Amino acid sequence: MSAQNSLTGRGLGGVGEAPAPRRSRLNRRLLGLAAALLALVLLNVAMTPNFLQLQTLAVNVSQVAPVVIVALGMTLVIATGGVDLSVGAVMAVAGALAPLIFGSGWGVANPGLGLAAAFVGPLLVAAACGLFNGSLVSFLGVQPIIATLILFISGRGVALVLTNGNLQTFTNPSFTWLGTGRALGIPVMGWIALALALVVAVVVRKTIYGRYLLSVGGNERAASLAGTPVATVKIWTYLICSTLAGLAGLIVVAQNSASDAARIGNLMELDAIAAAVVGGAALSGGRAPILGTLLGALFIQLVGYTLVANGVPDEATFIVTAAIIVIAVWLQDSRRRT
Amino acid sequence: MTASLDLDLRRFTRPLGGGTHLTVWVALLALIVLGGLRYDNFLSAYNISSFLGYNSMFLLISVGMCLVIMTGGIDLSVGAVAALASVVAALLSPDGLIVALPGGVATGLLVGAINAGLIVGLRLPPFMATLATMLAARGASLVVSDNRAVSVDWGSDFTTLGMNKIGPLVPWTIVIAALVVVVAWYVLERTSLGRTVLAVGGNAEAAHLMGLKTGRALVFVYLFSGACAGLAGVFLASGYGAGQPLEGQGWELAAIASVVVGGTLLTGGMGSIPATVAGALLFGLVFNLLNFENGLGVISLSAYWQSVIRGAFLLVVILLQVRLARPHPTKA
Amino acid sequence: MAESLLRMTGIQKAFAGVPALRDASLRIGPGEVHALVGQNGAGKSTLIKILTGVYRRDAGEVLWQGRPVDLKSPREAQGAGIATIYQELTLVPQRTVTENIVLGYEPRKPWGAIDWRAADARAREVLSRFGIELDLHRALGSYPTAIQQLVAIGRAASMEAKLLIMDEPTSSLDEKEVETLFGVIRGLKARGTSVLYVSHFLDELFQVCDAVTIMRDGRTVGETRIADTTKLDLIAAMLGRDAEEIRAAGRTEFSVGEQRAGEVFLEARHLASDRRLKDLSLEVRAGEIVGLAGLLGSGRTEAARAIFGLDRVTGGSLKVGARAARIRGPRDAVAAGMAYLSEDRKVEGIVPDLSVRENLTLALLPRLSRLGIVDEARERRVVEGFIKALGIRTADMDQPIRELSGGNQQKVLLGRWLALEPRLLILDEPTRGVDVGAKLEIQSIIAKHVEQGCAVLLISSEFEELIEGAHNIVVLQEGRSVRRLSNPGVTESRLIHAIAEQPDDALEAAQ
Repeated sequence: MSAQNSLTGRGLGGVGEAPAPRRSRLNRRLLGLAAALLALVLLNVAMTPNFLQLQTLAVNVSQVAPVVIVALGMTLVIATGGVDLSVGAVMAVAGALAPLIFGSGWGVANPGLGLAAAFVGPLLVAAACGLFNGSLVSFLGVQPIIATLILFISGRGVALVLTNGNLQTFTNPSFTWLGTGRALGIPVMGWIALALALVVAVVVRKTIYGRYLLSVGGNERAASLAGTPVATVKIWTYLICSTLAGLAGLIVVAQNSASDAARIGNLMELDAIAAAVVGGAALSGGRAPILGTLLGALFIQLVGYTLVANGVPDEATFIVTAAIIVIAVWLQDSRRRT
Repeated sequence: MTASLDLDLRRFTRPLGGGTHLTVWVALLALIVLGGLRYDNFLSAYNISSFLGYNSMFLLISVGMCLVIMTGGIDLSVGAVAALASVVAALLSPDGLIVALPGGVATGLLVGAINAGLIVGLRLPPFMATLATMLAARGASLVVSDNRAVSVDWGSDFTTLGMNKIGPLVPWTIVIAALVVVVAWYVLERTSLGRTVLAVGGNAEAAHLMGLKTGRALVFVYLFSGACAGLAGVFLASGYGAGQPLEGQGWELAAIASVVVGGTLLTGGMGSIPATVAGALLFGLVFNLLNFENGLGVISLSAYWQSVIRGAFLLVVILLQVRLARPHPTKA
Repeated sequence: MAESLLRMTGIQKAFAGVPALRDASLRIGPGEVHALVGQNGAGKSTLIKILTGVYRRDAGEVLWQGRPVDLKSPREAQGAGIATIYQELTLVPQRTVTENIVLGYEPRKPWGAIDWRAADARAREVLSRFGIELDLHRALGSYPTAIQQLVAIGRAASMEAKLLIMDEPTSSLDEKEVETLFGVIRGLKARGTSVLYVSHFLDELFQVCDAVTIMRDGRTVGETRIADTTKLDLIAAMLGRDAEEIRAAGRTEFSVGEQRAGEVFLEARHLASDRRLKDLSLEVRAGEIVGLAGLLGSGRTEAARAIFGLDRVTGGSLKVGARAARIRGPRDAVAAGMAYLSEDRKVEGIVPDLSVRENLTLALLPRLSRLGIVDEARERRVVEGFIKALGIRTADMDQPIRELSGGNQQKVLLGRWLALEPRLLILDEPTRGVDVGAKLEIQSIIAKHVEQGCAVLLISSEFEELIEGAHNIVVLQEGRSVRRLSNPGVTESRLIHAIAEQPDDALEAAQ
C-alpha cells in the first residue's frame, strides 16, 4: 500500500522552456514549473471539492515531505553524475532502529536521552551507509548503480532482521510529533523539508562544496586537475544523501507511529529520481537545481492528488507519472542535442 | 608452440564464456558440490526441479538484461513487464496456452518497442526511459488486473507449461529458457547484429562511423529484453497459477546483479552470455543453499538474512572484480 | 585533366548559424593521391564528414564517378566505395583485433553465420601488408596507439574502396611505420585506388601525394600539382599571407629578451614516471621560459604530468624552490606554487555548464572562501579584473563557458591558473586550436608574467613559439631529455636536428 502511495502522482515536468545551463534559461524552466504548479492549483480550486481546506494542504504536505527530503540528497548525487538506489533501504534501516532505541529498557529508563539517541543513532548509521556507498564509488571506482545496489539489496534485509520482520507499533508522543505535529497549521515535517531545501540550496550556491560538486559532475578530470578534492566531494555527497534518507525514514516512522521495515521507503529511490529529473537535474551530472527538485516533487504530488481526488484509479496515476518523466527528460535532452 | 596451445585452450573454454569468466563456473560447481555433500536432499529431484523452474524466470530476464548492458544501456522495466505479462497471460488463459503464451510475450515486446522508441527515436537516456516504462507497466498491470491477483483458468492447458516436467528433473520452463539462451548466444557470437551490439557498447560513435547499423542493434536488444521479461511473466502465471500485478519488484536489479556477477561491466562493449547464465544460477544457488542451511538447524537464518547475504555476496564479487580488473583494464 | 573520380563544388555548411564551410571544393582523379591541407578550423574535417555522410551539406554539389550523389550515412558512403580513417581513433577498443577489422563486413558461412576462421584469415592477411603480426583475439585496446592506428588503416584499406580518406594517419606513427604506410598507399595507388590524404606534416605530402588542395576559413583557396609548389608557398596559402613576409618576420608575439633569470625554482634530476617518462633532467628559473620540444610521444606531456603529480613518479628526484618535494597530486602541486594548463581543453580544462566566473575561480576557490563559504563579491572583483586584463570576450561573467570561442575559453583557463599567482606555470600547447588573434594575445600575456618573475615550462609543437619564446629548450626523445639548447642562437634547423634526424615535424610549425 505504502508503495503505491509513494508512487501515486508525479507532475508534468516538462512544462515551460527546455532547460539550458544558461542561468536565465534554467530560471525559465523553474518559472515554467511554478506556472504549471499554479495552474494545477487553480484547476483543483475549480474542480476538486474541498480543495481549499487546510486539511487538503496538510495531507499533501505530509505525503510529499519525505520525498522532498530524499530528493534533495538525490539531486546532489545526480549532480556528481551518479545515482543512489539505496535511499529506500537506508530509510528502512533508520526507521527500524529508532523505535528499538527509545523502546529499549535503557531508552525507557532515560526517556530524554533515549529520544535523543533515537534521533542521532539512526542518522549516524545512515551516514555510515553513505560513507560505504561513497567509498565504493570514489576509491574503488565502482559504478554508482552497482555500488548502491548492494545496500539496496541488503539494507532492507538488515532492517527486517533488526525488527524480526514484525510491524513495530509504539506510543511515544515526543517522537511522533516529528511526523504528526503541526506548526501554523502545516505538518512539522513540511517545515523541516522546506528548511532543508533552503539550506541545501544555499549550500549549493554559496559554498565551496557546492562549487566543487558542480565541477566534479560537470567535468571530473578538469576539476581534479584544478585541485578539487574529487573523492572527498563524492563521499560527502553520498553521505549527505544517505543521512537525509535516514531522516526521512525517521519521519515516516513517526508519522505512522509504527515501523514496518518491509514497507518504509519502498520505491523511494524512484520518487526521488523522478522529482530531481522533473526539476531539471540531468543524469549526466553537473547541475543541482534544488528549487527545481522542490517544485518537481510538489508538482508530481499534486498531479497524483488531482487525479485521485477526481476519481481516477490510484493505479492509473503510474502511467501518467511515466509520461511526465518522459516529457521532462525529453525536453532536457533536446537541449543537449543542440 | 605455446601460442597454439593457448589457442586450443581458448577454443575449449570459449563456449563457457572464455578464460576470464571461468571463475564463475568454478564457483558454481564448487557450491553445487558443497551443497551435495552437506545437505541430504540438496541433489534430490524435487530440489533440482524446483530450483530450475523458479530460476528459469531469472535466467530469461538476466540474459535479456545482459544484451542491453552490452550496448551500454540498462532496462529497469523488466520486473514490471513480467508482472504485466503474467496478468495478461492469466486473463488469456481460458483460451489456452496457444493464445496466452504469445499474448504474454507480445506484451513484453510492446513495452520493449516503447523502450526502443524512447531510446533510439527520442534519444532519452536508457535509465530514465526504462524507469518511466517500468512505472507505466506497473500501473498497467494494476489497472488490467483490477489491483489483485488474477487466477488462471485451471481447466485449460495453460498451467501445463509452468508445472509439467520432462522426467522428474527438468521443467519445461527451463528448457525454453535454455533455448532462449542459446538463441541469444548464437546471435551474439555468430551474427553481424550481435557484433554490432558489442560494438555499440564499446564505442557508439565509432560503430556509427564504421557504417554499422547501430539503431537496429539497440532496437533489437530492447525488444529482446522485453520479450524475455514477457516470457518470464508467462512462466510466473503458469507456474504459480495466477497473474501477479505486484510481483517482480526488484527483479531488474537482481538481473543486473546477475549480469555483474557474470563479469559483464556496465560500461558496455564486453560480456558473455554463458557467464551471465552462470551468474544468474550462482545468485539463485546462494538463496537455495541458505534455505538448506536453515533446514539443518545449526544456525537459524531468517528469510531476511538472505537478502543481507545476497548483498554481501554482490559486494564480494564487485571487490574481486575491482581487483581483477585493475591490472588488465582493457582485457575483454 | 582526365575524368574525375570525385568532384565537390560550392559546398556550404553551417552549425547553429556559424558557417564552417563557405565555398569549398575538391577534385580527385582516379588513382590519385590527393592532399588536403589547411589550418585548424579551416574546414577540412567538416568537408570530409560531408563526403562520408556524417554531416549533410547545406548547399553545393557532389559528383561521384560523374554522377550527382547525396550520401546520407557513413554506411551509404562505404557502400559507394568511400572508406575513411578518422583522425580520432574510431575503433572499438574492447573488441578483438579481428572484429575491428571485419566489423560490418564479416565473412559468412553458407547458412549465414559469421565464419570466424575466415575472418581471422582476412585479418591476418590485412595486417601482413604492414608486416605486423598480432594476437588476433586480444582486445584491440590492449595494443599501443600506433598499432591501433595501423589496424584502422588496415581495416579501411581492406574494403576495396575506390577512395580512401586518411585524416592525420601518421600522427601517432613512428618513422618506420610512416614508411610502411607510404608503401601501402603506393600499393593502393598502383591498383587504381584514390587516396585523400590530410596531414599537418607537410613534408609527407611531397613524398607521397600527387596533388594538393588548400583550404582556409571554410573556402578552397588553391589546388595544384604537388610538383609545382613548395612548402613555403603552401604555408603562405594556408595562412593567407605572403611567402616573402613570412620568411622575413617572426610569427609569434614572443621575443626572447635578455636572460634575467632568477633563482632556480624547479629542478628535476633523472625523473621517471609510470607512464612514458624515463629520464628527465631540467631546471626552470624564475623569470625564464623553458621549452620542451620533441616529437609526439616523446614524453613532453608526460613530463608535465609527472612534475604536477598526476602520474606516479618512479625514479629520480624533484626539487621545488630548492627543497626536495613530494608532489602526490594536483593539490600538492598547487600548494607548492605550480599551475598546469593541460593540453586538452575540452576533456581536462573547461567545465562546460559552469559560467566563465565559476570556471575561472575553480582553482582559486579555497583562497576565496572562508569557513567554506565563497566570498562572491571578492570573486566577482577578481574575475572582472581578469576579464579585462586578458581581454576575454564574453557577454558577462555568468555566461556558460561552452558558449565562448576556443581562444576565449583558453584565456579563461589561463586566468584560472594566473589567479593563483603561481611561481611556475606549466603550459601544454597553450595556443593550439585557437585563432591567430587570440594566440598572439595569449603569448603576450605569458610574456608579461614571465617579465614579472614567473617561471614557465612551455610545451609546444610550434617551433616558432619555442624558438622565439623560450630562453632554453630541452629536447626530449623517447621519454628522455637528450639535449638542451640555449637562446639566443637557436634556429629552426638546429632545433629540428636536435629533435630528430628528419625534418618532417618542422612543418607542424606551420600550424
